[in-house]
Amino acid sequence: MTGQTLVKVGMADLNVVDGGALLKTTGLGSCVGVTLYDSKSGIAGMAHVMLPSSDIAREAQINLAKYADTAIPELLNRMTVLGANMNRVQAKMAGGAQMFAFAGQSDTLRIGPRNVESCMSMLNRLRIPIVSHDTGGNYGRTIEFDSGSGILMIRSVQFGIKEI
Amino acid sequence: MAEFKNFEAFELDVLKEVGNIGAGNAATALSKLLNKPVDMAVPKVSLLPFEEIAELVGGAEQVVLGVFLRVEGEAPGNMFFLIEENSAERMLNQLLSLRHDEGDKGYSEMELSALCEIGNILAGSYLSSLADFTQLPMMPSVPAIAHDMAGAILSYGLMQYGEMGDSALLIETTFLEDHQSLEGHFFLIPDPGSFGKIFRSLGVGRE
Repeated sequence: MTGQTLVKVGMADLNVVDGGALLKTTGLGSCVGVTLYDSKSGIAGMAHVMLPSSDIAREAQINLAKYADTAIPELLNRMTVLGANMNRVQAKMAGGAQMFAFAGQSDTLRIGPRNVESCMSMLNRLRIPIVSHDTGGNYGRTIEFDSGSGILMIRSVQFGIKEI
Repeated sequence: MAEFKNFEAFELDVLKEVGNIGAGNAATALSKLLNKPVDMAVPKVSLLPFEEIAELVGGAEQVVLGVFLRVEGEAPGNMFFLIEENSAERMLNQLLSLRHDEGDKGYSEMELSALCEIGNILAGSYLSSLADFTQLPMMPSVPAIAHDMAGAILSYGLMQYGEMGDSALLIETTFLEDHQSLEGHFFLIPDPGSFGKIFRSLGVGRE
């Protein structure tokens, strides 16, 4: 495990790596961590998606990594530039929790499940198979993707470490 | 987002005073609850990139107990009261003689409910003093508590900002009792549209 390069992905951020490097994003709550992976070329990408759709964006310059509908195509783009084959890319995802439960939930509070739905429909539209996911619940997650093995490691306070 | 970058120094000072008054009353409430003097640090008012917000409490992965309340009324926003695990245990001990087993990472429903209520009392006194000061009605929602990573908890309060940019304006105040033996953080994250109302109500509006 030692000697592997670790690339951090911030909130509303995305990054791509190859050559066995690790991708990591911390403290996913209602945000969703989407990873795309082409196992043959070893090229992997991770996005920390914060909001379901860029339709609601009111910022002058859209941060593509922030929205499910823009982050996934951008991630795929960056990976194909590096040499990934679009047809081989597979997805894994984690996050999209509902951190606090209230009665009579407004849509803003259901942001986690909406992020998950939106990521899934974007992946379907791009015909990227979702091989596994660990989403929902009411707890935060930190995830790490190993571009050597294709394993997504998920850590949470209550359930410890899990690999998918 | 442009409007935030234009905040003048005196406006940030006004927000600092908002934090001072609110947290000052909350600190008094906490001091009464614990029957001990509670100190507080000078509030910090900053426009921070999302990534750096959790750094204020020790990083996105720092495990904390977080009480969340939605502020409703004229100047809506999100409010968090975050306490580190050690402080939470001490608080439970001092206040309710609820003993938390060493090494046991979980919290019982009773313990979580007690901490949630502490957060509720403190947030209530923060908001009611703020409402008095600004003459704007502000009501806290029912509180909710989570025992989780700070990043996961705080990101919940940033969604309204996500639509506008990659940073949020927040008012943070730290409580200390006996020099750090008990530490809590208050975060008030007014909705982007609430600042104008707060400023106008205090007579420093520009529009």
